[in-house]
Amino acid sequence: MSKRLISCLDVRDGKLAKSVKFVNTRNIGDPVATARRYYEDGIDELVFYDITASSDNRGIMLDVVSKVASQVFIPFSVGGGLRTVEDCAKVLLAGAEKINVNTAAVSNPRLIADAAHAFGAQCVVLSMDVLAVNGAGGAPSGYEIVTHGGRTRTGLDAIEWAKKGEGLGAGELVVNSIDADGTREGYEINLTRAIADAVGIPVIASGGGGKPQHLVDVLTEGHADAALVASMLHYGEYTVRQIKEYLVQNGIRIRPCPTMQK
Amino acid sequence: MIGIINYDAGNLTSVKRALDYLAIPGIVSSDPEELGSCERIIFPGVGNAASAMVALKKRGLDKALKGAFGRGVPILGICLGAQIILSRSEEGDTECVGIIEGECRKLIVSNRALKIPHMGWNEITIVRPHYILKDIVPKSQFYFVHSFFPQPRDGAMVYATCEYGGIFPCAIGRKNIFATQFHLEKSGSIGLAMLKNFSTWDGGPC
Repeated sequence: MSKRLISCLDVRDGKLAKSVKFVNTRNIGDPVATARRYYEDGIDELVFYDITASSDNRGIMLDVVSKVASQVFIPFSVGGGLRTVEDCAKVLLAGAEKINVNTAAVSNPRLIADAAHAFGAQCVVLSMDVLAVNGAGGAPSGYEIVTHGGRTRTGLDAIEWAKKGEGLGAGELVVNSIDADGTREGYEINLTRAIADAVGIPVIASGGGGKPQHLVDVLTEGHADAALVASMLHYGEYTVRQIKEYLVQNGIRIRPCPTMQK
Repeated sequence: MIGIINYDAGNLTSVKRALDYLAIPGIVSSDPEELGSCERIIFPGVGNAASAMVALKKRGLDKALKGAFGRGVPILGICLGAQIILSRSEEGDTECVGIIEGECRKLIVSNRALKIPHMGWNEITIVRPHYILKDIVPKSQFYFVHSFFPQPRDGAMVYATCEYGGIFPCAIGRKNIFATQFHLEKSGSIGLAMLKNFSTWDGGPC
């Protein structure tokens, strides 16, 4: 079984954006062309987050999904703004392999169960934004679930929420550290490991990846099954192949890139 | 024309999209008659064996599939489609289509670090050559999402295996039917190469 290298593409109004600490975002390209390039380079999976502010423009995302699905033949998930099973069905019908729920699942945990029942657990990815909290009154594990891109604290303990999500039928978890996101100084190893050890479903580490060694760390010490990368690839500092070659050199089992097989 | 059997078992559009990308003519249909006129048939599917069998029978698609097999029409099963062509499935103790004698069994892993479903990319080992597997280099990896696997009674019907906890068959075949547990429509260029091979397979021995 290979570890997975997953690229995360934030899409706003049909354009690719990369958020830094979830505050300022800037457009850096076309999500379809970018997805296709990563696919050809050997990425294992893709995640699209629709960060479109206006609900009027949600239809644009379905168009992006459908275009990606017609030229990219690896699994990809889509999240952002999915509040109902019907919203999820639209995205799957447009060609996504999995749906990704976050804030809506916190306010309505039944969404996880309903989506798992309708489409199968393997289809449902629970994304969680996690903030490290210290001091009395905080979450027992020291990690709390936040929503709305990190602006809203929920009081939910991250470990408890992960277990609850699994129990409700989530097939995978994306563990996104708000503290590490955008820093490019490495994934939050302790958080990732704590959650990966607490559940029996795959955990995808997110937030903080800046160089290939960070992925090695989170895939070994962090017990993650997959690592999410964004700016490392989006800014052209690394290619999929460079990252994968580094992982292979460091003993990580991963699907070789097409160019590495030769 | 390749007919893709539609029986409300998961997302079938991905197989159609892959055929479109390869410029191979295909239709998605739940009409036994329409499927009966196709030169080749793809039997995909994701989900539960018991409900899939109910949906197939309701539309007479189990009979259509067996009929096509009997006429020598090349058939490709994918994922659930590789499981319910067997005699029965442990999933819901379900009697299945029965084109290949054997049983679909639950993956059991003793190592707690291995998670169920088996989801992600894994290497396959080709144990017997087949036309559809030509051009697939050793150690190629494919995308899997499943908790059950197909186990034909006759080991000679196993064409490739995969290791996850133990070794299980991941590509099986008999005469003009070939089926993969992995999703070749989600496995990048090597998966597409297999689909392309299927589109020119005459259903005969390799």
